[in-house]
Amino acid sequence: MDAKDILGLPKNALPIQEKKSKPPKESQRKPDGISREVYALTGGLAPLMPAVDVNQLKRKAQSDNEKITWQWLPFTNSARKDSLQLYHWVRVVNGIPPTGDYSFAKYNKSVDVLKYTDEEYEKYLTDPAWTKEETDQLFDLCERFDLRFIVVADRFPSSKTVEELKDRYYSVSRAILIARALSPGDVATHPLVKETYNASQETERKRALNLLLSHTKQQERKDVEVLAQAKKISEARKASKASEESELPVLSDIGSLGADKATADTVNPSTNSQIPSSSITAPVSETASVIASLRMLRVYLRSYALEQMVQAASSSAGLRTIKRVEQTLQDLGVNLKPKVPTKAVCAEHLELRKEILTLLNLQKQLQYKEAEGSSFREGSYTETPGTPPKQQSLRAADLDRTFTPDSLSIGGERFGKREQKRKGPAPSSPAQSKRPRKYKASD
Amino acid sequence: MAQTVENDVQLEGNATESNLKPQRLKITRFSDDSDKKILLKRLKDVEISVPIVYGTIAFWLGRKATETQSHKWTVYVRGATNEDLGVVIKRAVFQLHPSFNNPVRVVESPPFELSECGWGEFEIAISLFFHNDVCEKQLDLYHHLKLYSEDESGPQSTKKPVVVETYNEIVFPDPSEDFYARVQKHPAVIVPRLPVTINLPSVLATNVEDLNEKRGDTKDHPLSQWFNNFSEADELLKLAAARQQVQAHIIKLRRQLSVIDGLPLQSWKPASGQ
Repeated sequence: MDAKDILGLPKNALPIQEKKSKPPKESQRKPDGISREVYALTGGLAPLMPAVDVNQLKRKAQSDNEKITWQWLPFTNSARKDSLQLYHWVRVVNGIPPTGDYSFAKYNKSVDVLKYTDEEYEKYLTDPAWTKEETDQLFDLCERFDLRFIVVADRFPSSKTVEELKDRYYSVSRAILIARALSPGDVATHPLVKETYNASQETERKRALNLLLSHTKQQERKDVEVLAQAKKISEARKASKASEESELPVLSDIGSLGADKATADTVNPSTNSQIPSSSITAPVSETASVIASLRMLRVYLRSYALEQMVQAASSSAGLRTIKRVEQTLQDLGVNLKPKVPTKAVCAEHLELRKEILTLLNLQKQLQYKEAEGSSFREGSYTETPGTPPKQQSLRAADLDRTFTPDSLSIGGERFGKREQKRKGPAPSSPAQSKRPRKYKASD
Repeated sequence: MAQTVENDVQLEGNATESNLKPQRLKITRFSDDSDKKILLKRLKDVEISVPIVYGTIAFWLGRKATETQSHKWTVYVRGATNEDLGVVIKRAVFQLHPSFNNPVRVVESPPFELSECGWGEFEIAISLFFHNDVCEKQLDLYHHLKLYSEDESGPQSTKKPVVVETYNEIVFPDPSEDFYARVQKHPAVIVPRLPVTINLPSVLATNVEDLNEKRGDTKDHPLSQWFNNFSEADELLKLAAARQQVQAHIIKLRRQLSVIDGLPLQSWKPASGQ
């Protein structure tokens, strides 16, 4: 409209017609029984639930001849054990007060906590971890607080976890049920028998949930990134495997071997610590498949070949690591893509990238060792029994990597600073000063 | 795809000698999909590369500049050392912005270049087609035409053009014997040495001179003073220096790691002071 005013165009008849036809439509939408003013307050939005039952409104109109009064009357509540007398306002129709129980008493639900006899306890319920007194206390509290185990755990005199309390309560109830049943078939469908309580699984579930909830946004983003990268790698491997199998049956063995080796590297970081040179040897078979696929092209550009080789060589590394390799290249004053990509230059460039990858791996290892040495976070991951201590510490270090990924950049910073010292500040200082800012911006 | 049959090369010398030698050279019978079924002997594990430079040189027209024609520019593909590329490239197709008349320009002979006047920058697609014995597939290059310099804040000059060039190498893996024989002495092409045992057909060797007669090189090109020099040596030096730094650091880290491994965990402390 405004544009038309500015342009001095005559307003055509069409929008006016629209305007005329709109208001009656709106008034039709207004439901009966609601005043226009009230309806206007809702902004014309349909409420999620019908706030007013139309039938009730109609009934009200029908019972016009009834005489309605509101009276302040005493009432009894069957949910109360004491005889406390309370009053409330009651709608009285034609002078007859309403009879029956208090309308909210039906919401007072209580749990039927099973009771066991001393005899039954001796026979079925003894547990070395629990005394009879404790069990009695537990059942008293369960009845008192209607199985609100968090409250029960809070009031319980001896220190037991919620899971332990639940486990005891449910196992006892279950044992009594089965013991009292005439045949096992009678109680087989009872929820207490059918669904057993698994304390260890609950503990693990809560731990995992807690871990997930304590993630920062940044960590979440990192996780998504890692998963996406993993997906990409596995897809690329699948594709390359498929193409190798279809085109070059001879090479497929070597290719799959390389892939296995690469997955072994990612799964267990200890492989790297044992053989630090594995990052150099692993991609060899991958580059072989790249060379094979380049050959199929019959003609290609040297720069394209380099790109493919770089990709193959870093396929086992994460997106973050690849970015750090590139950052290091820039810090060293080397172009990410060589300006003069001759065969020799490309080979050197590739070697440099591989060496940087090795360097970053070593830095990571150093950090794992640091984590190992300071037994960082040792306590939180010791729940799994039977895990050899070394593997566990490695696992903790592995978790560290995902949860505090920024710790890795410390190594990079340290490295950069050293390089700067050696090289003199001139060429690398702008890149150095850029880096922390860049990280901040991404946080 | 092509059905390939690999045979050992029947060498000129006696059979026993060829059996002793590693089977480096293999013939691939390559049956083409095209109507002409050419049988090409291919040299396995050999690659021929052609260093090229492609790009644009743009002159501002100064007083002569009009609204639609402010610059005169030339897009080209040249040999990195300004040698004649006609020995490998048969035809170059330049795809200009659709606003040009006949935006697809075909250049059938070297030098592979094209001059135009215009006012806007855009991406030029360059498709290279090769001689029959070289490669039946085309190669696409992309170059962004630059008319306005970025790094110089001063006014545009009619004397100094804006030059943007890219160095690259066209690689032909497993080239045909004919191609190898034809270009092995040509300065535009980097050809690896073959083992002495291999004899190539010498029939086509004269072709090199035939092509040279056309004088498709860009050595005396009117724009040659603006051509960039691409120094492989500089690049290699830079890389070597970087590798040295990284290697030194690797050694340092390995030493740190071995120090940590040598100590019991309890007494270990961060080696940040090192």
